[in-house]
Amino acid sequence: MERNPMRRQLAIMRQSLFDQGHVDEQFVQLEELQDDANPNFVEEVVTLYYRDSARIILNIEQALERKPFDFRKLDAYMHQFKGSSSSIGAKKVKAESTLFREYCKSGNGEGCMRSFQQLKKEYATLRKKLGAYFQLARQAGPVETASRPK
Amino acid sequence: MNVSSVKGSMSISSSTSTWKAGDTISDQFPAGLRVLVVDDDPTCLMILEKMLIACLYKVTKCNRAETALSKLRENKNGYDIVLSDVHMPDMDGFKLLEHIGLEMDLPVIMMSADDGKQVVMKGVTHGACDYLIKPVRIEALKNIWQHVVRKRKNEWKEFEQSGSVEEGDRQPKQSDDADYSSSANEGNWKGSKKRKDEEEETDERDDTSTLKKPRVVWSVELHQQFVAAVNQLGIDKAVPKKILELMNVPGLTRENVASHLQKYRLYLRRLSGVSQHQSNLSTIISAQDPTFGSLSSLSGLDLQTLAATGQLPAQSLARLQAAGLGRATAKSGIPITLVDQRNIFSFENPKLRFGEGQQQHMTNKQQVNLLHGIPTTMEPKQLVSLRHAAQSIGNMNMQVPPHGAQSSQNNPLLMQMGQQQQQQQQSRGQILVDSTINHAPRLSSSMGQPILSNGIATNVSSRNGIPENIRAPGYSQTPSMLNFPMNHASELPGNSFALGSTPGVSILTSKGAFQEDVNSEIKGSGGLMPSYDVFNDLDQHKPQSWELQNVGMAFDTSQHSNSLQGNLDLTQSALGQQGFSSGQMNGHNRSAAVASKAMFSTGDVKELGSAQNVNQHLNNLLVDNTIRVKSERVCDTSPANIFPDHFGQDDLMSALLKQQESVASSENEFDFDGYSMNNIPV
Repeated sequence: MERNPMRRQLAIMRQSLFDQGHVDEQFVQLEELQDDANPNFVEEVVTLYYRDSARIILNIEQALERKPFDFRKLDAYMHQFKGSSSSIGAKKVKAESTLFREYCKSGNGEGCMRSFQQLKKEYATLRKKLGAYFQLARQAGPVETASRPK
Repeated sequence: MNVSSVKGSMSISSSTSTWKAGDTISDQFPAGLRVLVVDDDPTCLMILEKMLIACLYKVTKCNRAETALSKLRENKNGYDIVLSDVHMPDMDGFKLLEHIGLEMDLPVIMMSADDGKQVVMKGVTHGACDYLIKPVRIEALKNIWQHVVRKRKNEWKEFEQSGSVEEGDRQPKQSDDADYSSSANEGNWKGSKKRKDEEEETDERDDTSTLKKPRVVWSVELHQQFVAAVNQLGIDKAVPKKILELMNVPGLTRENVASHLQKYRLYLRRLSGVSQHQSNLSTIISAQDPTFGSLSSLSGLDLQTLAATGQLPAQSLARLQAAGLGRATAKSGIPITLVDQRNIFSFENPKLRFGEGQQQHMTNKQQVNLLHGIPTTMEPKQLVSLRHAAQSIGNMNMQVPPHGAQSSQNNPLLMQMGQQQQQQQQSRGQILVDSTINHAPRLSSSMGQPILSNGIATNVSSRNGIPENIRAPGYSQTPSMLNFPMNHASELPGNSFALGSTPGVSILTSKGAFQEDVNSEIKGSGGLMPSYDVFNDLDQHKPQSWELQNVGMAFDTSQHSNSLQGNLDLTQSALGQQGFSSGQMNGHNRSAAVASKAMFSTGDVKELGSAQNVNQHLNNLLVDNTIRVKSERVCDTSPANIFPDHFGQDDLMSALLKQQESVASSENEFDFDGYSMNNIPV
């Protein structure tokens, strides 16, 4: 019974993630991979993502400090980052990555910098939201945490 | 190889643990499919792994390409399929793809967040069996097992084909030197072949359905052995059979070698690039021998052709050949060589062919020479056109067919080649080409012997006739070619004889040199020359007709040999997918070839089948020594047919090309209406 309100809250949180466009269908794919054997699979993946992508973010930041911009390199980094982000369903982050790559291709340094700032914001926001979501999910109990009927 | 034994071995050594013979497979499959996934992104890797496990596959993950390769090498039969990311830090995904294709022959699926057309196309050209766009959904992974099944099925088919072909060519081989023309052989061979085919097919089907064909994992050592064998034989003469013999690896089947050879050729082609073509040609040409220089009459055309045909492999082939043969690859300059080659082919070839050394030359040159050789019979122009068409060595092969067509002698060889080609068709891009060329000469030689002696004079006349036919398809441009033969007619007796007889003999005797011989034969009598004889002698020289057909086929897409050509194209495309085939399709077919290439893959299988038939047909033709250069003949025989089993796909390809060329040439371009020798005044 206690779980119900939590679960309900969890469901609401989850829905808002989708509604606000933070996550997309790929996130659902991850959720569907979660089962009793791996009850926290989504959280594990997201954790891994943030750990690994931090490295790429740092690389991009450093690259943006070197003038002139090495657009090819920047694009390569961002391609990597985009691949990762899309695999966890990070919708807004992915969109911003695409924009950044466009700027790279057109050699727009200013655009790159602006886009990158925006990207980092989205990246941080998502992290917070997902963090809260997972925390609630753990509290809500291991059973059927945001999982679909199998 | 004994097909049945192969089958047995195959069934026994099932490579996948999950694919055990019989019961377990059908129920569980595709469960237990052993997947190796390679991706440097840990997030993606983790997700993929989970997804694959959810699909009930057995997953092994690597985050580095090198690790993946070593895992694959350690455990040759330990994986069924590989999933690899395109962008990886230590090795490009496509490079990994190539390695896997060459060494292990496993299906590989590429993945990337990049969905650009070029990248996807790159995946296709490098041999990936699929391309997934990231983020990968589980639904996409659920069906990857289809690639494994498809590949095995194709292996089977190849196996069966080769098996049957083997049967076929084993028989002819036995009779070979002496009996190409013997109808008895033909009958026996055909009959047994047919029987065997059926048996094998059913057997194999049963086996394969229940068992997984054991996959041969091409370890580094094995691959090195393979490469050494290929180099020793000479790239253009490297037929799976011979390679297998040289390698002397127990349990290795001809089919294994054949498919590996195909890959290897593709790989080499990719390496060498177009530019090499030209250089190859030159080297080939030069390798041929200064002696040919005399032939420079055609040189103008030849050079161009040669240059044109500089197909990629040429260089590598030439080099290989040179290495193998010990000849200097780039002797004279390209221009000369070209000419020589052409000339050589036309008549000179006899010279070339005569000597083993020559043959070697031929081998290298064969590729080039073959083209040349063809002209001889056909006419220098034809040759040129042929050559042009057959940019790559493949072209040369094609040319050979024309020769073959002309000479009944060639036919047997060609037929053999064709057969082989059929077997290997699938994998042969270059190989076919090469082999065809190579084979062609041989055929002519073997055939040539009897024929040549018959009367060169007749040959001459017939040659004239034949060349026309042959020429028509592809050589229309080389009217001189026709003339050439005529002139040579007188010379031919000696030359052709030499070509036919000596080369033949030598070829026959020296298996290793077979290809060379064939090539030389084809070159010299090029196929044309000996074929002339054959032609002259009889209508019955089926081989000739076959050759012509081939030529026509090879060259003319437009001509009614189109079908043939189509085959050729298909074959070509199959053979030289990347463009190899197009090159081969000398001129005429070239464009067709290119187009057909794309189609080839689809039509390839069909063609192969038909090719086989053709080969058989051709063989029969050859056996009969009837040089019917009827275009119809050509049509009948699918490109593949032209070459007997001996020839691997390469041969097949070349045979096909030749056929097409011959056919095309004979039919369409040149006004020869009938190949039948009858018409040719003797």
